[in-house]
Amino acid sequence: MDDVILKVEGITKTFPGVKALDNVSFDIRPGEVHALVGENGAGKSTLMKALAGLHKPDSGQIVYQGAPTEVTGPLDARQKGILLIHQELSLSPELSVAENIYLGAWPTNRFGVLKKRELRRNASKALEALGCGFGPDVRVGTLSVAMQQMVEIARAEAFSANVVIFDEPTASLTDTEKDQLFHTIRGLKARGVGIVYISHKMDEIFDITDRITVLRDGQVQGTVDTADTDLNQVTRMMIGRTLDTFFVKAKAEFGEEVLRVEELSKSGLFQDVSFSVREGEVLGLYGLVGAGRSEVVETVFGVRRADGGKIFWKGGDIALPTPRQSIDMGMALVPESRKEQGLVLMMGGRENTSLPHLSLFSELSVMNRPKELATFEKYRSALSIKTTGPDQAVSQLSGGNQQKFVLAKWLCADPKLIILDEPTRGIDVGSKSAIHELIADLAERGLAVIVISSEMPEVLGVSHRVLAMSEGAVVAEFEGDDMTEENLIDAVSHHRGEAAA
Amino acid sequence: MGQTINGVLRRHGLILAFLVFLGGVALNADAFLTPGNILDVLRQVSITGMMALGVTFVVLTGRLDLSVGSLLTLLTVIVVDQHNIAGPFPAIVMTLLVGVAVGAFNGLLVGFVGLNALIVTLAMLSFLQGLVLFYSGGSNVNVANAQETWFGVFGRGDFLGLPVPVILFLVGAVIAGLVLQFTTFGRRVYGVGGNETASIFSGIDARWTVFWTYVVSGFTTGVAAVIMGSRVMGAQNTIGQGYELTVLAGVILGGTSLLGGSGSIWRTVIGISMLGFIQNGLLLLGFPYYVQWLVTWAVIIIAVWIDLGAKRGRIFA
Repeated sequence: MDDVILKVEGITKTFPGVKALDNVSFDIRPGEVHALVGENGAGKSTLMKALAGLHKPDSGQIVYQGAPTEVTGPLDARQKGILLIHQELSLSPELSVAENIYLGAWPTNRFGVLKKRELRRNASKALEALGCGFGPDVRVGTLSVAMQQMVEIARAEAFSANVVIFDEPTASLTDTEKDQLFHTIRGLKARGVGIVYISHKMDEIFDITDRITVLRDGQVQGTVDTADTDLNQVTRMMIGRTLDTFFVKAKAEFGEEVLRVEELSKSGLFQDVSFSVREGEVLGLYGLVGAGRSEVVETVFGVRRADGGKIFWKGGDIALPTPRQSIDMGMALVPESRKEQGLVLMMGGRENTSLPHLSLFSELSVMNRPKELATFEKYRSALSIKTTGPDQAVSQLSGGNQQKFVLAKWLCADPKLIILDEPTRGIDVGSKSAIHELIADLAERGLAVIVISSEMPEVLGVSHRVLAMSEGAVVAEFEGDDMTEENLIDAVSHHRGEAAA
Repeated sequence: MGQTINGVLRRHGLILAFLVFLGGVALNADAFLTPGNILDVLRQVSITGMMALGVTFVVLTGRLDLSVGSLLTLLTVIVVDQHNIAGPFPAIVMTLLVGVAVGAFNGLLVGFVGLNALIVTLAMLSFLQGLVLFYSGGSNVNVANAQETWFGVFGRGDFLGLPVPVILFLVGAVIAGLVLQFTTFGRRVYGVGGNETASIFSGIDARWTVFWTYVVSGFTTGVAAVIMGSRVMGAQNTIGQGYELTVLAGVILGGTSLLGGSGSIWRTVIGISMLGFIQNGLLLLGFPYYVQWLVTWAVIIIAVWIDLGAKRGRIFA
């Protein structure tokens, strides 16, 4: 037997309009911790779901313990010895620890009655092996997140898992809890379990893993031994093309102030946020996920209500606007989630484009269909959107083309300020640079632009000025030569360090 | 090619089954496809159909209106009783106003307070049934001067060879269809039903949109009550019992999705008419009248199942 428990061979998975996995191969050895890294949308979660039987790959195969294997679902995977531990835990809060460990695979007698004693005994054994400080009868809902995670890990013991996949396991853990988790992972490793470790946190990757496989745009960029590499190389592999991408920055010719926000607060989300943006200016808003960036702009736009603070539009206090008022003043928000917030997926491009401006496309409440069609055609060619016609449901389009319709629906009413929240997330490289060019073009035409992005090169590449946000507060502002990756990282991480201390 | 089979089933399966059923009934009951019987079915359908027009608006936003059965009872009792007291014209106006008011109250609770539509309208169904008995004191009401009043025209009249209620239903359907397809209100209804969050991000006030769909539903039930009162020239305390589900069955049988955002008025016209012919056919085949309750059950389950299958891309989960 060679020293590989599980091998992925040439897996390809295509979703409408996007190749999520492109001929991906990698392997897991017993007793190793293997990191899977990549940016959002690189294909990590798709790969993981393929391993756990949630997605059926279009081609390629999974070789498990030396034999090609088809995994039909999470329970099947678990019974075969492959365990997926999700970022969002899959536990039932009202059930006991023991019942959760064996969720869906409870031992029963031939009448279908739960064998409680056996369940408890086996669960206790698994919990003891992990050194958990709680018993099998506790209701899971009363446990802390870290303890709940232990319940999931106990499944690895209970089902004698050979492969355990961790997806962002430390996302909501404290430092002490993280140390405990790593202790547990090392224990699993010592017993010969193969572990896949998915995380964005590089320090953890270098702390606990033996090998690192980097994914980008659905392709494996390479697998390296952790001991032989460094952060720089891994980052380069992850970002790849993006590093070389040429960003067009709009000419720095600014006009009047369009929007000013003063000490805007919403308890639990952000505090005392102040900034302003002028005509022709691109303002970048950088921060990690959860820093409160989207919440701030959604509040400015009126989808959320602030607790305090002031918003000025062209110098005038506009109190707290509704989305309708914001749109009518000339504000546009391209939201973070295209599918949930940006588009009505079952509608076509025509109806999506006119949706925010029904009064502009109607007379006496009767829709002016020729005008709608003309606008649709105008933006279809201006943004080169690939669609079969005005009424093709946008759900059938690729991410990039969908995003262009979100842009079209705002641009068609000539906004004065456009806010773009993660405008290039999850779209192909070609559409990305088209959107970067569009941002520069809009600013040069005199629009005020706010760009939110968690991709540092993007936010630095397109903006004239960048605000760094962390934990609901603006922690720094950079302009000109001070706009560097180091400064942004410093600002964001320094603040986090302070807050933790 | 599960997708194709599913597509064919969704688009044509029900119609096919319906045509087979029609043929079967026609072979076994000579009266079925006679003009007289067809007009009878359409007369019956015009009442449920009128209600279904308004309920379609509500369902398109992804919500429900189960209060329309009791509302029909209440409004029919009102229109007949007020006819005897105030005369036909004030009675009709009052009926429509009460219908609109009840719809507005539902709309307030669902749209603005944000309560669950199923619970709100189910509770309203119960409340209105109680209110009927308070109003009528438990006795049935009849139009006193049935031979003299012009009130009978809505339910019993003919115009150019067509029953007036059928004409009212078709005119109502055309208006409702135009509103949904060609006005900003129609667009907002589809937007809120298709993706409420995205609609709010597009500056649409989902609360008002939902509110108005319930008002429309209350209004069309008011018109249905006028037809009903005129047709029967009286009202029993249970006259609208079960109509809420018949109406809903017609709407979803036509293919309007309970999840909102997809469907149309013409689909409702087809669905509610199919339901009318199925029930009439079963009667002619000698089934007792109460078989319609079983049919309503089967239609709702099958239609919802197919809708779910289409959303998931397959029929069997």
